[in-house]
Amino acid sequence: MKFKPLFLLLLIGLMTSCKQEPYSLTKIEGKQITINDSLAIDEDIDAFIKPFRESVNKDMETVLSYSPKTYSKRDGEFNTAIGNLMADAVYKQSNLIFNKRTGKNIDMVLLNYGGIRSIISKGNITTRTAFQIMPFENSIVVVALKGQQIDSLTYYLSKAKRAHPISGLELNLDNHFTITKALIKDKKIKKDKVYYVATNDYLYSGGDRMNFFKTNDSLYVLDYKIRNAMLDYFKKVDTINPKIDNRFIKTK
Amino acid sequence: MKRRNFIQQATAASALITVGGYGLQSFTTTSKTTKITILHTNDVHSHIDAFGPEDGRNANKGGVARRATLIENIRTQSPNTLLLDAGDIFQGTPYFNYYGGELEFKLMSKLKYDLATIGNHDFDNGIDGLYAQLPHASFNFVSANYDFSNTVMDTHVKPYQIFKKEGIKIGVFGLGIRLNGLVDKNMYKETQYLDPIEAAQEMTRILKTDEQCDLIICLSHLGYHYSNSPKKISDLNLAKATKDIDLIIGGHTHTFLPKPTVAQNLEGKNVLVNQVGCYGINLGKIDFYFEPDSTKKAEGKSIIV
Repeated sequence: MKFKPLFLLLLIGLMTSCKQEPYSLTKIEGKQITINDSLAIDEDIDAFIKPFRESVNKDMETVLSYSPKTYSKRDGEFNTAIGNLMADAVYKQSNLIFNKRTGKNIDMVLLNYGGIRSIISKGNITTRTAFQIMPFENSIVVVALKGQQIDSLTYYLSKAKRAHPISGLELNLDNHFTITKALIKDKKIKKDKVYYVATNDYLYSGGDRMNFFKTNDSLYVLDYKIRNAMLDYFKKVDTINPKIDNRFIKTK
Repeated sequence: MKRRNFIQQATAASALITVGGYGLQSFTTTSKTTKITILHTNDVHSHIDAFGPEDGRNANKGGVARRATLIENIRTQSPNTLLLDAGDIFQGTPYFNYYGGELEFKLMSKLKYDLATIGNHDFDNGIDGLYAQLPHASFNFVSANYDFSNTVMDTHVKPYQIFKKEGIKIGVFGLGIRLNGLVDKNMYKETQYLDPIEAAQEMTRILKTDEQCDLIICLSHLGYHYSNSPKKISDLNLAKATKDIDLIIGGHTHTFLPKPTVAQNLEGKNVLVNQVGCYGINLGKIDFYFEPDSTKKAEGKSIIV
C-alpha cells in the first residue's frame, strides 16, 4: 500500500517533464483576404442557401402599395412626410388592437427620427421597403402618461431639434425653441389627465434618452412589431400620399 | 504481504513503461516547424448573399458561398486551421427576420466554424431567441465575462475552449460588450456583465499557468477603439492591460484595418489585434509558426503584417 503515493508521484513527475518541452512561437504572419467575385462559388453551399433565398425574395418582392415620390427623413425641419406616414400608420394600426383590448383609444404616437432606417423610393412599395425602413424587431407599446409627463415629453421634443415622428400631438415653438402651443387631439394638455402614448419598446426603455416614459401609470405591450404595422398599413393603401404639415413647427 | 507488494510494484512498472511509450511518441512528432492558421470573421450580420453589382460601397463583395471556397482552399494548404467568429452573427438582412438565425448557424456549421463569441445583436431576438437557434450550431460559444447562470443559456456558453493541433495547445476565450444601454434588458434578461479585464486576467492565468497553452487567443466583441471615449474598454486597451495574450480578434466597431495592429501588453510584449470590418467582406488570416524548444530556443518572434 505504501507504493501507491509513490506511483502517483512518479506518474506526475513524468507527465510534467513531458510538459516542460514546449514549443516556441517563432513567427507570426497576418493578413486580410477580401472576398470578391474572383473566388468561385461553393456549389454545395449555394444550393443549400437557394430555397431560403427564393422564399425570402419571393416575399420581399410582393408589391403592397405605390409611392408617387421619393420620401426621405431629411426632407423637412420638424416634421417630415415619411415620419408623419410612419407615426400615422402606427397610430391607425395599433389603435385597432389597443381599442379592442382595453376599450380605450391611443391619444398620440411618438417614434424617433433615428428609427427611420431608409428612404421610400418612388415606385412600387414592396415587403422589402418595410424591411428597409424598419429592419429591427422593435414592437409597439402603449404607455399611460399623466399630463406632467407629457410636459416632459414636449420639453424633450422642443430641445431635441429633430423631426421625431409624432401623431395626435400638435406642437409649436417660437424662435427661441420655447413651446407656444401644445395640443393633444386638438385639446390643451391637462396636468392630471391620463394620456395613452404609443411608442416602441426601445424608446420606452430609455432609448434616445427619452427618460419621460419611466414614470408611467401603466404599460400595454401590444406584441405588434413596428414593421408589421407598416406592412399591414401598406397592404390597405393603394397609393401613399404623406405630407409635411403643421403638427410640429417653429416660428421663424 | 510481501507477495502483494511485489504485484503492485510490477503493475506500477508496466504502467510507467506504457506512459513512457506515449511520451516518446508525442516527442518524436515535434522535430519540425508547426504552422497554426487562425481564420476569422466578425459582424457578418446575416449577410449570406454577396452584395449586388449595384451596391454603392461593396459591390460584388462578400457572400458565404465564396467564403466557403476560400476557407476550403486555405484548409487544404494548412491542415491545422481554426475558424473563429467574434460575434454579431445576427441581424442585418431579412434572412434573420425570417429564420431567426437558423440559416446563419447552419451555414457556419457547414463551413466548420470552430468557435464564436456573442455580440450585442445576437440578443436581438432575446436570449430565448439565441438559445432556440443553438441546435443549429455545431460549433461552441465562449464568453468569459457574461455570466449566464440565471438564464436559459446557462451551461451552453463556456468561458474558454482549448484546441490541440499537432501537439500545439491553443486556448481561446471570449469577451462581450457591456449590454446595459446597448441592448434592451428584456432581451438579455439576467445575463450579468463582468469586468472584461478581470475576466481576461483570470483566463490567461488558467490558460497559461494551469493549462500551459502554447497560444492564447481572445475572441472579443468589445470594439477596436473609441476615439470619443478613449478610456472605454476596447481591444487596444485590453491589450495594454493584460499579459500572455497572443492575438485579440475583435468586432463590434466594424473597423476595417489596413493590416493587423501590433500592440504592446502589460509586460511590453507584442500582441496582435485584428478586426476585418463587417458583413463577411473580408476574412482574417493569421499564421503562427512554432518550433520545438529542443531545436531552437525562444529568442523572440518575428511578426510580419
